[in-house]
Amino acid sequence: MKKLLLASTALAFSAGMALADEVKMGVLLGFTGPIESITPYMADGAEMAWNEINESGMFLGGQTITSVRADSTCVDSSAAQAAAERMISSDGVVAIMGADCSGVTMAVLQNVAMSAGIPMISPSATSPAFTTTESNGLFFRTSPSDARQGEILAGIVMERGFSDVALTYTNNDYGAGFANAFEESFLALGGTITSKVAHEEARGDYSAEVGQLASAGGDALVILGYVDGGGSMLRTAYELGAFENFFIGDGMYGDEMISAVGEALEGTIGTIPWAEGEGADRFHAMAEEAGVQGQSSYTRESYDAAALLALAAQAAGEATPEGIAANILNVANAPGEEILPGDLARGLEILANGGEVNYVGATNVELVGPGEAAGSYREYVVEGGEYVTVQFH
Amino acid sequence: MEPLNALVSLSNFMLIPALAYGSQLALGALGITLIFSILRFAHFAHGDTMALGTAAVIGGTFFLQAQGITEPFGLPTALLAIPFGLLVMIAYLLTADKLVYKYFRKVKAKPLTLVMASLGVMFVTNGITRLFMGVGETRFEDGNRFLFTVREFRDFTGLAEGMALRSAQALTIITALVVMVALFWFLNRTRSGKSMRAYSDNEDLALLSGINPERVVMITWTITAILLVLAGTLYGLDKGFRPFNYFQLLLPMFAAAILGGLGSPIGAIVGAYVVAFAEMGITYAWRRVFTYLMPEGLEPTSMMQLLPVDYKFAVTFAILVIVLLFRPTGIFKGKVL
Repeated sequence: MKKLLLASTALAFSAGMALADEVKMGVLLGFTGPIESITPYMADGAEMAWNEINESGMFLGGQTITSVRADSTCVDSSAAQAAAERMISSDGVVAIMGADCSGVTMAVLQNVAMSAGIPMISPSATSPAFTTTESNGLFFRTSPSDARQGEILAGIVMERGFSDVALTYTNNDYGAGFANAFEESFLALGGTITSKVAHEEARGDYSAEVGQLASAGGDALVILGYVDGGGSMLRTAYELGAFENFFIGDGMYGDEMISAVGEALEGTIGTIPWAEGEGADRFHAMAEEAGVQGQSSYTRESYDAAALLALAAQAAGEATPEGIAANILNVANAPGEEILPGDLARGLEILANGGEVNYVGATNVELVGPGEAAGSYREYVVEGGEYVTVQFH
Repeated sequence: MEPLNALVSLSNFMLIPALAYGSQLALGALGITLIFSILRFAHFAHGDTMALGTAAVIGGTFFLQAQGITEPFGLPTALLAIPFGLLVMIAYLLTADKLVYKYFRKVKAKPLTLVMASLGVMFVTNGITRLFMGVGETRFEDGNRFLFTVREFRDFTGLAEGMALRSAQALTIITALVVMVALFWFLNRTRSGKSMRAYSDNEDLALLSGINPERVVMITWTITAILLVLAGTLYGLDKGFRPFNYFQLLLPMFAAAILGGLGSPIGAIVGAYVVAFAEMGITYAWRRVFTYLMPEGLEPTSMMQLLPVDYKFAVTFAILVIVLLFRPTGIFKGKVL
């Protein structure tokens, strides 16, 4: 009996030891729902960073990071909250890479992460609302706010000589936030918005919405939406002869857009968050080697978010939510040694020796304000059915 | 030229889309009215069976396209696939009748029981459609997209405003007209049509004069299938196929049938156009039209829009409520064919 007790205690102890070597981090993305086509690649991107760290063997004296995936659904807040709660209470994750869409991310942040004190880095929540939301220092994002994109797009429209424009946006957090940001910047530049109309997704007929915009007039139409609704708006407006010039936001970028809208898209100008430089090139090479679709949307941001969480834990010297949250800004910004994708082992070593790092990553990470990416944008024009880069902002 | 510009602008953004939409609704509402007057229940599965019929046509279209048979005379390939869709739809509706409605007719169930049964059929049909087509959008329009585009029209007439007419819209309006004429001819001139009218007028008397009720029921479903497939295909060509949008058509179609007077075919047609023009007209921003019409200095500064475009369905709903409150029999006092 005594032996059995001793043995089971020893077993329990060693099991405890094994657990201590393993740090769990969550990947909360919409594996089902509207953006299910891009989330598997985002998760792969995040796990690529953690695999790199595990292989180095230098994370917190030889511990490893285990990824815990869960479904945010992108649109169903209660499902996303339940998934986040399960991650935190039953799996025991110390930080979350996610969530993805702005609406569910806000719900998870305010109702789950903030009460549990778990830090989150979202790779793709771009709503301007996060900039002004108090998160107790728990929320960060590696994608820039749409407020910034609104400002840049407004500048581009003005620069091209369109001072009277009509504006339409998809009726959700993303569209409304983006539209407000654009309107504010555009008015500040001295422009006029003739009419601002929300449109729904998945409608058959957009002629009424277009009719309203046409009735108000304007030299160009600015569409901030998705391929589905926004693309249909653009085509309808072109076919009804309501507008000749179009400007579009990042949600409508993609090959699908060109095949769905066709010739109406010709000459359209748009913006999209875009990383260029050595970090992005290195990331793409590594992704190709690992068999991950690195060119897909937000994979670079996901890699950076995951890498930041690990580096912050290393800087804190412990994998605790408090430690990670307190160190994210330190590892993301200057001063310190610049760390690119593939350099994570070197970053861990510097931090272990008490040095400082400035994580650059795949997207030139620079966290500003309450902890969001400053972001760089690509301005493109559609010519001959192709996206042609005009310049970077 | 100013009134002409106003008219062209109005046609482009409101009249033509409303006319096409009204024609699609009319074909659907005719089916509802037929079923109501012969089988005596409100057919809730109407929108979803329309989606299934269209799905069959789309399947046929893709098959034909794969065989290299496309675009007869620049018209959409889907027109060639309509016979296939018709066969599928007739078979489906007759099977549904045999499996579900026949029993309730035999036990002389109350109309409400049949309505609930059709609700069940609706869910099943909806599931089948989604199984084959998914929930996303399918576009199957091909051929020449336009009869004339805005730019062509503007260059030709030299007006400031332009107007476009898409092939799908023209096709819808013409087909609807032809089908309506054919239907009235059938109901008034042929033996089968007369027996349908007799059956709907007085069931017992019709039975006594030797009319076979099952045959009348079969003809009704067949005609409904033709109307459904045509309406669904034209709607899909015009606006793209998405199962949920077909389900949503249920409200305007019923509003049209009830507004015109349930059981009255001419009422269903009039009702459909009233609903379509009300939906479009009330949510249309009239500013541009009035800017052309009003004398200088009196141009409107507001959008001149009664309701935001999001309230389209609210308009239909309001029509339905008002009719049921003040004239439940509808414009043409329906009940019999």
